[in-house]
Amino acid sequence: MWRYIVPIALFVILGGFLGRGLLLNPGQIESPLIGKPAPAFALPDLENASARLSNEDFAGKYSLLNVWATWCAECRYEHPFLLELADSGISIYGINYKDDPEAARDWLATLGDPYETTGVDEIGDVAIDWGVYGAPETFLIGPDQTVLAKHISQLNREVWETKFAPLIESDRGDQH
Amino acid sequence: MRRLVLLVALVLGAVAGIHAQEGFEDPALNARYRDLIHTIRCMQCQNQSIADSPSDVAGDLRRLVREMMAAGRSDDEIRTYLAERYGDFILYKPPLSSKTWLLWSAPALLLLAGGIVFARTVRSRMQQPLDEELEAC
Repeated sequence: MWRYIVPIALFVILGGFLGRGLLLNPGQIESPLIGKPAPAFALPDLENASARLSNEDFAGKYSLLNVWATWCAECRYEHPFLLELADSGISIYGINYKDDPEAARDWLATLGDPYETTGVDEIGDVAIDWGVYGAPETFLIGPDQTVLAKHISQLNREVWETKFAPLIESDRGDQH
Repeated sequence: MRRLVLLVALVLGAVAGIHAQEGFEDPALNARYRDLIHTIRCMQCQNQSIADSPSDVAGDLRRLVREMMAAGRSDDEIRTYLAERYGDFILYKPPLSSKTWLLWSAPALLLLAGGIVFARTVRSRMQQPLDEELEAC
């Protein structure tokens, strides 16, 4: 009796782990920055070289930090949704990642600019501090500059409604 | 056999040659650099180390490793720096912690369980031939 039960039980347990593993998405790696203060940084403003984008800009409101580039196809797809979010009053900041600033300016001029400010990170060193390894990646940052969430790949309405918006709600609730 | 050895040598040579022009003058430092970059995962091409991956991000991380080594940081400091930003997933050897103890001990535990099953099976099998031999006579 036991000689049947043990292998079957082992199979079920192993199958459980492997099945769970199949459902996990290796693209969505949990960021170690979540729950910690946003990394300190300062980048030149894409539109105005004497101005800066820094972590200080996040203070006092919920903001999105969106890492984008003109060479990134998914960034092009998520762009209309970012414009919608910006229109509805969400503060979005951009990091132009390993890109040509001239091309980036043209891109925004043609497609619209959802960003309050875009910082230029041509070399990608600031992006490394944020644990960025591609585009698009978007961070949700709280009023006290704590990183609340990170989404890798295209930000769309579904991700916003299921992942980011509830976090803002519950964070607002915690503040009181 | 000789063809197999030649094939293996070619492949190893090719792999060692990727990004071979990057590194340090000092052979000891260079050896340490090459060893280290083979233990860091490329986050873009997740099945490759930053030593093997052709992606841009891997190049950036290799440059970061060289800069940190030139600044005198130890291997552990460099690995910790990267894990703080990208998570433990970037390391090929995740640190032993409350979250990873099962991962680290699983091979030993499975070996132990297998060993127990083996011992018990052998012991029960050892009973049988005596009975069968008696019956055959």
